[in-house]
Amino acid sequence: MDAPLRLIASNPLDQLARTIEALLVVASAPLSAADLAEAAGDDPERVEAALGLVGERYREGRSGVVLENVAGGWAFRASREAAEACARLFEKPAQRGVSQAAMETLAIVAYLGPCTRPDIARIRGVSADSAVASLLERGLIAEAGREDAAGGAIRYKTTTLFERVFGLESLSQLPRLDDLGADVEQIRDRLHAVAEKRTA
Amino acid sequence: MIVRELELDLDAFEGPFDLLLTLVLKDELDLRDVDVAAIVLSFIERLAERDELDLDACGEFLVLISALLELKARGLFPEEAAELAELEPEAAAEELARRLAEYRRMKEAAAWLRERLAQEGDRFFRVGPAPLAPKVEQQIAPQDPERLAAALRFLAVPPPEVSLAHMALRFPPVAQFLERFRAVLRRRTRFDFDAEVGELPRIEQAVALLALLELRRSGEITIEQAAPFAPIRISRTDVEREDSWTLRSA
Repeated sequence: MDAPLRLIASNPLDQLARTIEALLVVASAPLSAADLAEAAGDDPERVEAALGLVGERYREGRSGVVLENVAGGWAFRASREAAEACARLFEKPAQRGVSQAAMETLAIVAYLGPCTRPDIARIRGVSADSAVASLLERGLIAEAGREDAAGGAIRYKTTTLFERVFGLESLSQLPRLDDLGADVEQIRDRLHAVAEKRTA
Repeated sequence: MIVRELELDLDAFEGPFDLLLTLVLKDELDLRDVDVAAIVLSFIERLAERDELDLDACGEFLVLISALLELKARGLFPEEAAELAELEPEAAAEELARRLAEYRRMKEAAAWLRERLAQEGDRFFRVGPAPLAPKVEQQIAPQDPERLAAALRFLAVPPPEVSLAHMALRFPPVAQFLERFRAVLRRRTRFDFDAEVGELPRIEQAVALLALLELRRSGEITIEQAAPFAPIRISRTDVEREDSWTLRSA
């Protein structure tokens, strides 16, 4: 009889690691360590340790399936070296041809969400209706209740799919808005350069 | 230096500043696409090439560029134009600056997202509805244990037994009593109804009475009762006839 595949020979977490593999293969969305512990009926700390074993086995360059920490949980994805083959077989409707208006709207929802269409229009200066509809259709944003009581404008937030598509562990991985002023720095540098040339 | 002849090389426009202003005023060029900072930089770089500071040019440029900025700001927030008009000029300027900065940050955030999307374009993963089993809800609202016990005691009392007596009602066939009464009348000429069927259940007594009525209808018997609730006496018809004949002949 074949011996079961062992991640690391004689590791006491082998059994739990195999259970986690199974759960992640079945799941269609990332599972948090707490979800995994509950389903496996095991201790969360042991699950974290077992995730380390699984991650070691399923990493880029070693396996066609890669374990990643994404969208607040753990999930398998295809390895990057298999991306070309995957692209021949599968579409990526969520991220194909996102317009500039939709991308700006997505940025606003990601940073300021949950927020309403009027909030978005106020920042972008133009109506956000079609951009919001396009993002909803792609599943990158979703409704998140209404402003105040019933009758208020619908609020939107980004989805788990958004975090997966952009490879974000969570929204907190988005760069700080203050860090995005790189070209402001460039302008300042050019101004300084001009000033120095004048004084020279 | 003539400000209006300032040569510009922007993403959205290439040519003299004057032409840019004309196109903007004719609504042929969208100010949203014009990078005003790049115009300022071009001007300052041209200014720096000269030995002396051209104050006239600076003044003219400041007027033009601030008008352009205001136009751009108003174009970006059309519906807020009225709201801003109510503010003091300085406050309105500050509010505009704040909003422009916010929009600029969001544009940069969008650029960051687009770049990220390009980097992560080779990510393939399973997507689909998550058919998760419903979570087992184990929490119940806090309760007083005594009240809970009382509720359980109330529920634990066995319910009153439902009578099934009516299910057992069986009506014997009328014919059975017809036979029985005929047999009695062959042996005796008269009998008392109560004496004959008094021992039977009420249902059978009722069927027995139907049998009596049937015999009466066919003329086999006569039925007498001296008073309501008095004993019912049944006689064979031929005996009755004999009696009456005897009485009359007597």
